[in-house]
Amino acid sequence: MAPLLFWTPLLVVIVSALTGMVIFIAGEHHALLRIILNLVAAVLKLLLVAMIGILVLNGYTPEFRVSLVPGLDLVLRADALSMLFASLSAVLWLVTTVYAIAYLERSPNRARFFGFFSLCVAATMGISMAGNLLTFFIFYELLTLTTWPLVVHNGTATAIRSGAAYLRYTLSGGALFLVGLAWLYGISGPQAFVPGGSLAEHAVDARLSLQIIFVLLTVGMGVKAALFPLHGWLPQAMVAPAPVSALLHAVAVVKAGAFGLIRLVEDVYGAALVAELRLDLPLLIVAAFTILYGSVQALRQTDLKKRLAFSTVSQVSYIILGIAIGGPVATVGGLVHLVHQGLMKIILFFCAGIFANLLGVKRIDQLDGIGRRMPWTSACFTVGALGMIGLPPVAGFVSKWYLGAGAVAADRAWVVAVLVTSTVLNASYFLPVLKRIWLHPPPQHWPREVHVSRLETGSLVGSAIVAAMLSIAVGLLAGHPLSPLNWVDAIVAGYFP
Amino acid sequence: MDSSTLYVLAAAVLFGVGVYGLIVSAHLMRKLFAVNIMGSAIFLLLVATAGPVAGHPDPVPQALVLTGIVIAVSATAFGLALMVRLGQETGRATLGIQDEPENDD
Amino acid sequence: MTTEALALIVFLPLLAAAGAVVLPKAWLALMIRIGLLPLPVLLLIPTLEVAHNGAYRVALAGHDSPLGIAWQLDPLSLLMLWLNVGMTLLVSLHAGFSFRPGSDRAQRFWPLWLLLFAGMNALVLSADLFNIYVTLELVTLTAIGLIAVEGKPAALRAAMRYLLLALMASLLYLLGVGLIYGETGVLDLYMMTDRLEPGWLAITAMALMIVGLLIKAAIFPLHAWLPAAHGNAPGPVSAILSAMVVKVSIYLIWRLWFWSASEWNLDTAAQLMGVLGGLAIIYGSLAALVQPRLKMIIAYSTVAQLGYLLLLFPLASALAFQAASYHLISHGMAKAAMFLAAANILKSVGTDRLSRLAGIDQRLPLDVFALALGGVSIMGLPPSGGFLAKWLFLEAAWQAKAWGWLILVVLGGLLAAAYLFRVLAVICLHPRRHGGQASVRRAPNLASVAALLLALGAIVAGFTSAPILDLVEAGLPPGLQP
Repeated sequence: MAPLLFWTPLLVVIVSALTGMVIFIAGEHHALLRIILNLVAAVLKLLLVAMIGILVLNGYTPEFRVSLVPGLDLVLRADALSMLFASLSAVLWLVTTVYAIAYLERSPNRARFFGFFSLCVAATMGISMAGNLLTFFIFYELLTLTTWPLVVHNGTATAIRSGAAYLRYTLSGGALFLVGLAWLYGISGPQAFVPGGSLAEHAVDARLSLQIIFVLLTVGMGVKAALFPLHGWLPQAMVAPAPVSALLHAVAVVKAGAFGLIRLVEDVYGAALVAELRLDLPLLIVAAFTILYGSVQALRQTDLKKRLAFSTVSQVSYIILGIAIGGPVATVGGLVHLVHQGLMKIILFFCAGIFANLLGVKRIDQLDGIGRRMPWTSACFTVGALGMIGLPPVAGFVSKWYLGAGAVAADRAWVVAVLVTSTVLNASYFLPVLKRIWLHPPPQHWPREVHVSRLETGSLVGSAIVAAMLSIAVGLLAGHPLSPLNWVDAIVAGYFP
Repeated sequence: MDSSTLYVLAAAVLFGVGVYGLIVSAHLMRKLFAVNIMGSAIFLLLVATAGPVAGHPDPVPQALVLTGIVIAVSATAFGLALMVRLGQETGRATLGIQDEPENDD
Repeated sequence: MTTEALALIVFLPLLAAAGAVVLPKAWLALMIRIGLLPLPVLLLIPTLEVAHNGAYRVALAGHDSPLGIAWQLDPLSLLMLWLNVGMTLLVSLHAGFSFRPGSDRAQRFWPLWLLLFAGMNALVLSADLFNIYVTLELVTLTAIGLIAVEGKPAALRAAMRYLLLALMASLLYLLGVGLIYGETGVLDLYMMTDRLEPGWLAITAMALMIVGLLIKAAIFPLHAWLPAAHGNAPGPVSAILSAMVVKVSIYLIWRLWFWSASEWNLDTAAQLMGVLGGLAIIYGSLAALVQPRLKMIIAYSTVAQLGYLLLLFPLASALAFQAASYHLISHGMAKAAMFLAAANILKSVGTDRLSRLAGIDQRLPLDVFALALGGVSIMGLPPSGGFLAKWLFLEAAWQAKAWGWLILVVLGGLLAAAYLFRVLAVICLHPRRHGGQASVRRAPNLASVAALLLALGAIVAGFTSAPILDLVEAGLPPGLQP
């Protein structure tokens, strides 16, 4: 049992990393090998994550540890929160891989794309399994490195500009993160993630330092989580191919930032210490403002992917809102939204990608009547959009409900007003899109219609349908013992004993 | 003025001449000479300041200077060879301003 | 046993160099093997010696200081020896390909190469200021010869400029040595500590030696010779110059500062050195950002990265010493990898102008990969040796409450990212200009493998630091022991 517990967390990371390496070495021309490798690796990873999940359920804590510098350990450990993010990423990666294989069927540089795609997921797995802040940082920076080639994949001037913006934001954020990390390390030594945090003893003598460090680390992670005003790179990164957008928004990058903030607040500082240092209200205000700002910006966009991007800016802040409110109920709402937002946003990006790839439809006013041309895709899009608005029974409703209830329970009733406003805004930027899709008459010609094989269409639309079904399922089956909601309940019970 | 002060002053003047020559001359031969003059200044200074030990001259500074001269001579020879080669390649024995004309554009 | 091994470590390459000059062409390959391959095995003997007894002293020909010449092997010089042997062997793998024995070019290149190798080994072993002067000259002159070995005008000019400055630097150093001798009557690095009173003459002498060494180490603002020299030299030469040759000058300053003058109070001077380092980091990075040629970018990056080694002076702690030593090692490997990869690119494309390099990742995937991996370490992104070095610097700065240096280290990393991503963006992404040709892959050869091995070394250094850091800790200077 011991070697199993030691090696499995590393294995999850290695699987994807090795896949990436082999894809690079195999090169451009071995398309079939690449497809098989991608799928096998994705399934294998899902099985591994499931296996670790079972171990964790049975009370084990798989942990891999290696020393970098004396006193500085690289730790990969699977706890309940790791499993929440890891299983989300593993499931969505499988779906995204199928989608990406079909989406990039005819484009050049696929070896490079899928190589970095796999490395990117390896980094995400490392982030989810990170057992201390240093390990988290290492994989967090690796994620930056491995997503950059994906963002600039098209190689156009716009793509390179967006890539530069992405690097400017993330590397500067990473630098502040590093400063905060070194500072924190100097105060308290290595930062293992412990539910409830481990810094309380330093709160008296290093109060100001802890506050500054919190700000530094929050900025470092807030860049990826696209907190206002650090969100600038996200809408620009929309030039990347649709599977990358899905990856950025739902599986990896933005989620890594949000996940890091959860770790920071709950497992490094602890919610009680954050409140005691008076850091919860500023974080709450930033999150609330980002929610409203993202929604308003989304409303102003005419480009479908841009609108979705600003919607992400807004939606991810729900997660941060949840942990900033504090208290068990809101925390459950925030954590569970990590999963729910991922599922719903990936549908929307899959569908936007299908519209753009097969019909050349990129702007919202081009969507007229597309529901008749592509009923399945449009249906999936509708599920995602309604979920984002928070309509039951799609997953989004559950998280909003918990957030609202949690805000009331924590005596922050004004947050409910933010939630309501945001819901109204969500509705007003998604419903007109749905109206165009279903009720407007279709045009004579689509902007750039492409005829492709049934297999390709099937894989593209199939991925979207699977994601849509998953997001309805987690909403409907929220009471099931293995649902994300119950899983999160168990995690949060550890924070608020 | 005693003799050692005279030597130190002479060394300083020589060194100044060397630095001036190194900066002002364009031709590489002159630059190499200038460096050699600077070298002579330093050797002079070393020999002049090496006091006698127990009535005998201290051999170590003499050895230092001797080795220094040998190295300076060989480095100068090497520099002259480089200069000749540069002259063959470019037709000029100066470092010139128009330095980096990489002819690949 | 150890004495003989150390002697062989210096004299085997020296003899091989002589053999390569004197013997007929056909013997060159054998001479190269004799001069290089036994060294790692030989080095095991002194390594065991240091592991058991710490330092080890050799009086050459039985005459110890002050009259004789002494070598001293301590953990730090052992580390430098290993670094030099390892790097030279790996880079020789590349040189064996680009200067294949049998050609006239090889006949000119290899004797100098072996001589440089011998000189470096002797230099890091030497405990005698004057012996150091001689070996330093040997290293400098062979390095200049190597820069000019292909006879290209740009390289000849760079070599000439380097020669003039290096000669001046040597004279300053020699003057310092002479004055030190006049003051103390000894030339031994480690024996003069007690006799060295900080009078104006001793301070002048020390300052002269350090300025001379700073010129040779190309520390801003005395860096002017380096970019042209490293940017125009043949690939393996640029690699070893940036990775080792400039570093030994800084190693010597460390020796003078922390060993010979360990009794002095050097706080103000240390701050000054730190400021020089900081300026080097900022200036070198900004200059790298605007260079049009790949090798010049890498060369200016060296100017910047050398600045970190000077941060040791103001931080002056055991942790900072570990940081600087680790930076020296990981930068050495990463920079050598980048120069070798750039040389392969230059050879294959015919130019290293960035504007012509679009899309070469298709043609030279291994080289571009090595370039990128080396870049990761230079930027100090995890996981890499560069990251660990940066981390140790940050910790050292934190412990010293030196916020300025802390910010500088972080800023330096960001600037490095700026100039290196500029390179990667152009290489990998610009719309293809080579059309169909771009997909033709060149078969990977030993030259690319050498670059890749070095780059992987820089990354692996991010995981296996313990043996190296233990060695550094065992060799801490007297003033920095915790």
